[in-house]
Amino acid sequence: MKSRSLVFLWLFALLILASCLSLVVGPTQVSLKDILHPQEAPVLITLRLPRLLLGILAGAVLAMCGGAFQGVLRNPLADPYILGVSSGAACGAAVALALGLGPVLIPVMAVAGAMITLYLVYTLARIGGRLPADTLLLAGVIAGNFFASLLMLVMALSRRELREIVFILLGNLGVVFTSKTLLLFEAMSLAAIACLLVVWWHWRDLNALALGEEVAESLGVAVDSVKKTLFVVCSVAIAGVVALAGSIGFVGFVVPHIARMLLGPNHREVLPASLLLGATLLVLSDILARSIAPMELPVGIVTSLLGVPFFVYLLQKRKRA
Amino acid sequence: MIEARNLSFSYFDRKALEDVDLVVKAGEFWGLIGPNGSGKSTLLKCLCGILAPQKGEVLLEGKPLGSYRRREIAQKIAMVPQESAFSLNFTAYEVVLLGRTPYLERMQLERISDHEAVQRAMEKTDCWGLRDRRIWEISGGERQRVVIARALAQTPRVLLLDEPTAHLDIAHQVEVYDLLSALNRKEGLTILAVSHDLNLAGEYCGRLALLEQGRVRAAGGKRDILAPGLLGEVYKQSVSVQDSPVTGEPHVFLVPNKQEIQSREGKSP
Repeated sequence: MKSRSLVFLWLFALLILASCLSLVVGPTQVSLKDILHPQEAPVLITLRLPRLLLGILAGAVLAMCGGAFQGVLRNPLADPYILGVSSGAACGAAVALALGLGPVLIPVMAVAGAMITLYLVYTLARIGGRLPADTLLLAGVIAGNFFASLLMLVMALSRRELREIVFILLGNLGVVFTSKTLLLFEAMSLAAIACLLVVWWHWRDLNALALGEEVAESLGVAVDSVKKTLFVVCSVAIAGVVALAGSIGFVGFVVPHIARMLLGPNHREVLPASLLLGATLLVLSDILARSIAPMELPVGIVTSLLGVPFFVYLLQKRKRA
Repeated sequence: MIEARNLSFSYFDRKALEDVDLVVKAGEFWGLIGPNGSGKSTLLKCLCGILAPQKGEVLLEGKPLGSYRRREIAQKIAMVPQESAFSLNFTAYEVVLLGRTPYLERMQLERISDHEAVQRAMEKTDCWGLRDRRIWEISGGERQRVVIARALAQTPRVLLLDEPTAHLDIAHQVEVYDLLSALNRKEGLTILAVSHDLNLAGEYCGRLALLEQGRVRAAGGKRDILAPGLLGEVYKQSVSVQDSPVTGEPHVFLVPNKQEIQSREGKSP
């Protein structure tokens, strides 16, 4: 038990460290001391702090929802985008961009796109009041592909907005908040935090599901209602993240695996560990994304470049053990 | 203890159970037999509330299953599935601990009494020594003992098993049925097991129910059910029933096709 608390302590320290680094690194010189007196370095409040918070939020949501999807679908290959929600959100945002809508309406359209996808997948997958995992996956893949093609269509038809759409597709934390979009960000953050709490609330149900849906049912778990709840709640949180930061890949898939390698499969620990690890990985990736190249890179590229070797390292280490 | 009354169930338009009546009294050890697709597994799932019958009802201790909360059912009835597919690599102890789920609220941590129940269940099934082993890394026989321990950790009144020995070798088959028989005799646990193996059913179960195309063809003492005429009719296969020279319990012998016997006899000198 002691070593587990130690792991959490480490994960927490790592997140703090990454956060400080994220505030300090950048073209404008900021020292560690300035973090305690932010009024002396305005760039902290206007740019770096919102960026850091968005990174933490997005990483936490993606990793924890990824873990929940892997648990509820009983599939280690699942990720937060497997049900097509991100394609719907990206499509909504791209349509908003192509129509020349403003910075408030773009995330709103993204959430709307995600909700339409959610509704479609839900209706497609439902058979006689139940939500079987295989039809859910199938419906998700189909809806995802449909909205991805729709997105390609928007991209093919538009010219000027191509770069912005690419950033939505690959993920980008460099959102400049105005007072209106800041309000939106705050609302979405609160909603996302509430969603994550609901997900954690179901840890024992997710553990029971690992024994099989029928066994979970025989243990008193209301399998269908748990599936519906987690599906909807995760999709809402993911939609918010994609609307603000684009569909950042790989974090949601790889982080729960890393958490399980560190702590074993119990969702009571895997979910909060994923939250911390996901936030850390994304914040670190963002630091690299804006400092390795002369221009800013989409952060999704870096998460994969960083995540894959780390995953391979852990896999090799476990093989040897 | 548990009773099916006029039970009918269909998967969409395919009828799986029709007007099934079955009364299982406390402390009995029932075997559920019948050809493939006769509705054995479906009946088991209806009895523990995983499937809701379209017609009729299940009575648990005299009250309809629908009047219980899901968790209350799980405190009284435990189920061991035909095949256990674990999607996560829990330790054996963690798997058995999940058997306490019906007694724990959301977010509530397991109490000392839960850990004691887990240890008791694992000692009864002789798998306490496996507690730190991972479920993917132990053998099929060991895994089945862990799964039965998980069911016992629910401290149920009724244990339902769906072909608990389907993938086990003969030694482990006997081990599992010896264990069930001991639980039935020593603790008075009511047991209902689906079995394809008529000899295991005949050896261990006190009473048998024979299903045919979703209906109970016959139910009662095992000697009444393991009758060559009845089995031959239901399974469309002629059999011979003899008492075991070791235990005196009825055993079923398969009789190969007549023409084959004749042709074999014809070839022999």
